Amino acid sequence: MLTGQASISRQLPASLRKPMAASALVVVLLVTLAALFAPWIAPYGPDTMNLDAVLQAPSWQHWAGTDELGRDVASRVLHGARPSLAAAVGIVSIGLVLGLLVGTFSGLLAGWIDNVIMRLTDIVMALPGLVVALALTAAMGPSLFNAVLALGVLSVPAYIRVARGQALALREREFVLAARAMGAGTWHLMRAHVLPGVLPPVLVFMTFHLGAAVLASSALSFIGLGAQPPAAEWGAMIGSGREYVLGHWWLVTMPGVVIILTAASFNLLGDALRDWLDPRAASR
Amino acid sequence: MTKIVLRRLAMLVLVIFGVSVICFVISRLIPGDPAQMMLGPRATPQAIAEMRSRLGLDQPVTTQYIQYMSDLLRGDFGVSIITRQPVLGELWSYIPATLELMLMAMVLSIVVGVPLGVLTALRRDTWVDNLGRGLAILGISAPTFWLGLMLMLLLYAELGWLPGSGRLDIGVTPPPHVTGLYLIDAAIAGDGLAWRSAFNHLLLPAITLALASVGTVVRLVRGSMIEVLSEDYIRTARAYGLAPWRIHFVYALKNALIPFVTVLGLELASLLFGSVVVESVFAWPGVGNHVLGAILNLDFPVIMGFTVLASVVYVLANLLVDLAYLMLDPRIQISA
Repeated sequence: MLTGQASISRQLPASLRKPMAASALVVVLLVTLAALFAPWIAPYGPDTMNLDAVLQAPSWQHWAGTDELGRDVASRVLHGARPSLAAAVGIVSIGLVLGLLVGTFSGLLAGWIDNVIMRLTDIVMALPGLVVALALTAAMGPSLFNAVLALGVLSVPAYIRVARGQALALREREFVLAARAMGAGTWHLMRAHVLPGVLPPVLVFMTFHLGAAVLASSALSFIGLGAQPPAAEWGAMIGSGREYVLGHWWLVTMPGVVIILTAASFNLLGDALRDWLDPRAASR
Repeated sequence: MTKIVLRRLAMLVLVIFGVSVICFVISRLIPGDPAQMMLGPRATPQAIAEMRSRLGLDQPVTTQYIQYMSDLLRGDFGVSIITRQPVLGELWSYIPATLELMLMAMVLSIVVGVPLGVLTALRRDTWVDNLGRGLAILGISAPTFWLGLMLMLLLYAELGWLPGSGRLDIGVTPPPHVTGLYLIDAAIAGDGLAWRSAFNHLLLPAITLALASVGTVVRLVRGSMIEVLSEDYIRTARAYGLAPWRIHFVYALKNALIPFVTVLGLELASLLFGSVVVESVFAWPGVGNHVLGAILNLDFPVIMGFTVLASVVYVLANLLVDLAYLMLDPRIQISA
């Protein structure tokens, strides 16, 4: 789940791919807008309680109904975009920054350093990621920050692998050999020549990972290890809404649908990015 | 062949060592003093110091780690803070329920996924194909806990077809314990009522868990079948006039299943975490549900015990899958 590159658009008939990718982009933009501007666009605050209007079905005043404290579910979903998206971005950033650097370094240098790093990577990747994230977050204390930290650190090995693979391929190319022959040092090689070539597959991977990160952090929040109530994070909303869900489907359905749309959109965007950056891969 | 096996086994030892180090580090990250936690808030400083030296907490870290490892290898995973029972024994008693759930989920995802995958490969761009792809997309992007709640709402709350929690109906006594898996035990005892009850209760959680994997299975089998069907030996079989069903299901499928085996290992990881989530949603009395209670109570020995156990199981399962893959596809052996 942490590193899945499952391709959705491969499942679609070719005629639908471009419109789906466009819709995916629109969804991601909408979610980002919600994350940035929720306090201004949401009709109610995330914590505004109305104990006269508890557990009401969707209506004109409350498009997605109200929860057990009379809070407007639709507004909470809008406000929830911020922690949910921020968590995903945080997780991916940790993986990207650390993994890209270490992986490119490892691939470029090859030799025994590469070997050691690859063994360590294999060991961490051999673990069931979410189970270890569960233990880490529980040990550090349940909070969204700790969940992001745990999931981020656990995703670094996957980035290392992707970056290293590409770096290994690039180090034998003529432009790298030429630069080396002209006396370029490792750091300059990496920055000016290898890194730009390593970035495309890493960026594609990162886009897929954003979707997986949304799913993983919402799962941890659901079981109580990530965002803590009363935070309006999507997974936490489903977790706390669970008690009252029978007979009040909107409590859980709305946040869930948003999670699905966001995760699927990142997935589709990853496909589109991959096809754009490497048209040869698109023919499958 | 033996060289490959030996290399894999060496990796296995390394990885389990890595697992133990990681879990040891995590367990030392836990805030608070274990001795203090065990003795309670009114313990005297001397009592705490004594407990610390008894627990070995005043030793250097490496000594502590060696003690930790030797305890683990002897099966001593510590004692639960809440119930004061040995962790491993407690976890072990909940395993049959989780095992039954995971096995049923795997069976369901294979029984539904493989034929669907084959069909979507044979009937590309028809409604069957779209059904398979739809399931795949749903399984990949929908969070398992949400799917469970939705299914519960639909099939239990709205339609009343299936029960929403527990392993048996109230009033039904569980079958005499042989394996702990109610379906098997009830079959052995000939208890039809218990069997039907257990089966009904197993369906919702198992379907939820299976939904997450079925998408991957369908995708993989479909892609694999499409590749295999374009191979020369299939064309030859057709030229020889063999019956289509025989070609598809005997020759093509056998070869298409090979990459599928490797996915099984990866799926286990999501099944392990998925069981925590699904057991929570359906109040299924398995390991996952128990660990969830431990998390909420900050019962760290249980949490760490589960992590070590799950990690070791995962690593071992992947090793078996790797070996199975080596045996199934002789080409790998030759090239390796």
